Amino acid sequence: MHELSICQALIDEVARIATSCEARSVGRITIEVGLLSGVEPELLARAFEIARVGTCAAAAELSIAVPEIVVHCNECGASSSAQANRLLCASCGGYRTRVLEGDGLKLRAVELDVPAALH
Amino acid sequence: MCDTCGCTITPGNAHLAGAERAGASRTTVEVLKDLLADNDRVAQHNRAHFDEHGVLAINLMSSPGAGKTTLLEATIQALRGRYRIAVIEGDLETDNDAARIRAQGVPAVQITTGTACHLDAHLVHRALHDLPLAGLDLLFIENVGNLVCPASFDLGQHRNVVLLCTTEGDDKPAKYPVMFRAADLVVLSKADLLGVLEDFDPVRAEAALRALGRDTPIIRTAARRAPALAAWLAWLEEQLSAPRAIAPLRPLEGGVTVSA
Repeated sequence: MHELSICQALIDEVARIATSCEARSVGRITIEVGLLSGVEPELLARAFEIARVGTCAAAAELSIAVPEIVVHCNECGASSSAQANRLLCASCGGYRTRVLEGDGLKLRAVELDVPAALH
Repeated sequence: MCDTCGCTITPGNAHLAGAERAGASRTTVEVLKDLLADNDRVAQHNRAHFDEHGVLAINLMSSPGAGKTTLLEATIQALRGRYRIAVIEGDLETDNDAARIRAQGVPAVQITTGTACHLDAHLVHRALHDLPLAGLDLLFIENVGNLVCPASFDLGQHRNVVLLCTTEGDDKPAKYPVMFRAADLVVLSKADLLGVLEDFDPVRAEAALRALGRDTPIIRTAARRAPALAAWLAWLEEQLSAPRAIAPLRPLEGGVTVSA
């Protein structure tokens, strides 16, 4: 289950941000998990419950955005939504497509409780 | 204070930064950073090591039992005296596969991942310390047998090769789209069994791969029958002679932490 490794990388990154902002605690963490990223959002959410224990994100809530897959057709130039195992152009049916959205695995935002002195 | 994390947001400029609750002690920091950035940084470093020594690195992936090690044994025999080859072996336990490779007379480093279901760039970087790259032409990284997790981790390889075994279903590309999308070459292994395995239709397998928006070449091998390696060896020769983009070698800041 590589979702736990991903969670550890996520928490490391959140910890770096929290430290550099001198944050007291971390609130909501928003991530993007594409259906073509190879990561299962549900498993990631469960792994997060384990990985956050004893870290700066111990009380944090994980919010996972799963964007729709969008492909661009290199033949006809159309962009269309697609399914993970059917990435064909919806317009011309061609298979020479490029994924525009849906393969990302990104940290989007972190909500921090920052001491008032910094404001 | 820094320029990247949003800690410079103040009540005076929060409306510009889009902070949700200006003036409150709770602030939202927009990040947009790849979660595998740390792995990718080490992968790039590995790639630069390979480039520095002119080594072509190939990441070999498949489900368990598809014939990765057997293909490597046959490849080493076929290319003996022409290319200098080494292998990094990834397995959950045992160094059986590395022993099989060493028996062919080439260096092999075994990475036992314990419970980890994939290799990552850090593990490969550590293995490189036990493997002198100088004097090598070709490095195979045999990943842990698994069609899911290895697909997400760049190791620093130049090419991904995915084996699809004829004893598996021909719909594997549809079931494991992330893995098969990552392939630069799909090898239909144990192709000598196609005559007796009526369920596996190579045309259906190819259609499932094309549905992933890929024109990845598919070749057939039968590693235990030397003539059936011709297409595979020709592909390898082509990759070895093809010019490769050279990654710049930069030291890893802060060293490498190894996670298993």
